[in-house]
Amino acid sequence: MRDAFISELTNLAKDDPNIILLTGDLGFGVLTDFAQKFPNQFINVGVAEQNMTAIATGLALEGFKVYTYSIANFTTLRCLEQIRNDVCYHDADVTMVSVGAGFSYGQLGVSHFATEDLAILRALPNMMVIAPSDPWEAKILTRKMAEKSGPKYLRIDKGSAGCEKVPFNDIHLGKGRIIRKGLDVTLISIGAILSEVLIAADRLSADGINARVISISSLKPLDEKIIFDACNETPGIVCVEEHTKIGGLSGAVSEICLSNGIIPGFFKKIGLNDEYPSVVGDQDFLRGVYSMSSKNIYFETMEALKNLENN
Amino acid sequence: MPTAKNYNHGTMLLAAYIRNHIIDMTHLGGSSHVGSGLSIADILAVLYGDIMTIDPQNPKLENRDRFILSKGHAGAAVYAVLAEVGFFKPEKLKDHYQNGSVLSGHVSHKGVPGVELSTGSLGHGLGVAAGMAKSAKLRKKNHKIYALLSDGECDEGSNWEAILFASHHKLDNLVAIIDYNKIQSLDTTENTLALEPFAKKFESFGWNVIEVDGHNHTELKTAFNEANIHSNSPTVVISHTTKGKGVSFMEDSVLWHYRSPQNEEYQNAKKELLNNISRLKEVTSDA
Repeated sequence: MRDAFISELTNLAKDDPNIILLTGDLGFGVLTDFAQKFPNQFINVGVAEQNMTAIATGLALEGFKVYTYSIANFTTLRCLEQIRNDVCYHDADVTMVSVGAGFSYGQLGVSHFATEDLAILRALPNMMVIAPSDPWEAKILTRKMAEKSGPKYLRIDKGSAGCEKVPFNDIHLGKGRIIRKGLDVTLISIGAILSEVLIAADRLSADGINARVISISSLKPLDEKIIFDACNETPGIVCVEEHTKIGGLSGAVSEICLSNGIIPGFFKKIGLNDEYPSVVGDQDFLRGVYSMSSKNIYFETMEALKNLENN
Repeated sequence: MPTAKNYNHGTMLLAAYIRNHIIDMTHLGGSSHVGSGLSIADILAVLYGDIMTIDPQNPKLENRDRFILSKGHAGAAVYAVLAEVGFFKPEKLKDHYQNGSVLSGHVSHKGVPGVELSTGSLGHGLGVAAGMAKSAKLRKKNHKIYALLSDGECDEGSNWEAILFASHHKLDNLVAIIDYNKIQSLDTTENTLALEPFAKKFESFGWNVIEVDGHNHTELKTAFNEANIHSNSPTVVISHTTKGKGVSFMEDSVLWHYRSPQNEEYQNAKKELLNNISRLKEVTSDA
């Protein structure tokens, strides 16, 4: 997904000399090609994310289209106030790109887990929040995001749902996608953890339960219609995210449902509980430990459906 | 070329008007930071009245010099100078701090022509200014970027990230100005988090350092002109100032970082400032 982003940005930079990529001294081997092709459109600002974001704002206010690149929380939380006061308040055309969504860097420890970013960035006015589920979607969304001015956040995952390539015009900012049709339950996920959701949907299908699977790549703006339809047309919804259960996908979905008076038959949140992980491991392993694997999604969904039946 | 040099009253008189507005605004608004505003009135008067290329009729003029107030709490002083040189009518200053006003205590760009950057949280302005300076270099433009910081603000680590960046990228179109009145929020800068040897710190970071009396217009003008011709590294003008300058009982006092002039204090401050304006008017008309 990371390579898909940078190769598309390289394509875009060929035609747009206003594109500038800043890195906080990360991206070894990944950004090299871009840096060599466009030496005047690339700055390694050093290990200084607050300054990177301020420099990005200064460049953007002068008409550049700026990207800041780093791992996980370094391009978001470390410089959150620069993002809020400088980028967002001035509606500057800066895209914060973070690699390492959720547990992508699972062995590196809590400092490298991006598990609160969606909630925090979503709260900022003017900010667009995008989390692709696979490299193909990342490529298309990178291009579509470049067409829009203003503050944007692109959350890049090491994992990938590996969905089939869909036409360029089938992926839109602000729109969710129905990956599988179904009426027996709805599974909604954000980002690459869609891969776990699809395995869970296969197991449900083997049990005769046809789950509708919705992938949300655009948390803000959020596709309200696709969610309302799911609430109205299926018995209940399960939200899945590799992120805290507070304020991210399930938070956004519950907010728009309640404020529009639309109550799903049941509502399940699958994500990280309000705690810091205490062990490390690869992404698959941590999804298992923190109850967001395909198995968890399957059992939680089955339990919710049974409860619904018993009531 | 349009320029603030159109300001005909001389920079000393401009500074006096800025101070007069600051006292009115903080009095009417019951707002803080009067001392911080008075401290930078001369720096603003010299920049807007003599040094910078700007066009109040066309605030987004492409080749304008950019000014960023990083010590956003002195917003009243910037609003005052913008009004005086013609970005908007001075009557608007009465709105400062009032319900529904766009003239917030900390300087804001929204709805206020001439403000390049909203600030208020310290340690933001220099990095953005460095980004603007880098932009001008990339686009081969000749305008300057001025960023005015407080001394206490230099406690913020983000400034030192920007200071490293600016010298590494040889941003000789960037001029940082430090309002070095040596008083920060609770105590002196030296008692709080010592900055000295301050000039040496900048020198060791690769900056061109000029020290001036921040109330002496000749020294300020000379410094900015020197910065204009200096090449290959950014310039910092360390301006030794007096917090509360121009109102005798406010000078050099932590109290007037917070206190708003009311009743007798307001009357006394006005008397002092208006006397100074009359005196300056006589001097300029004599000339």
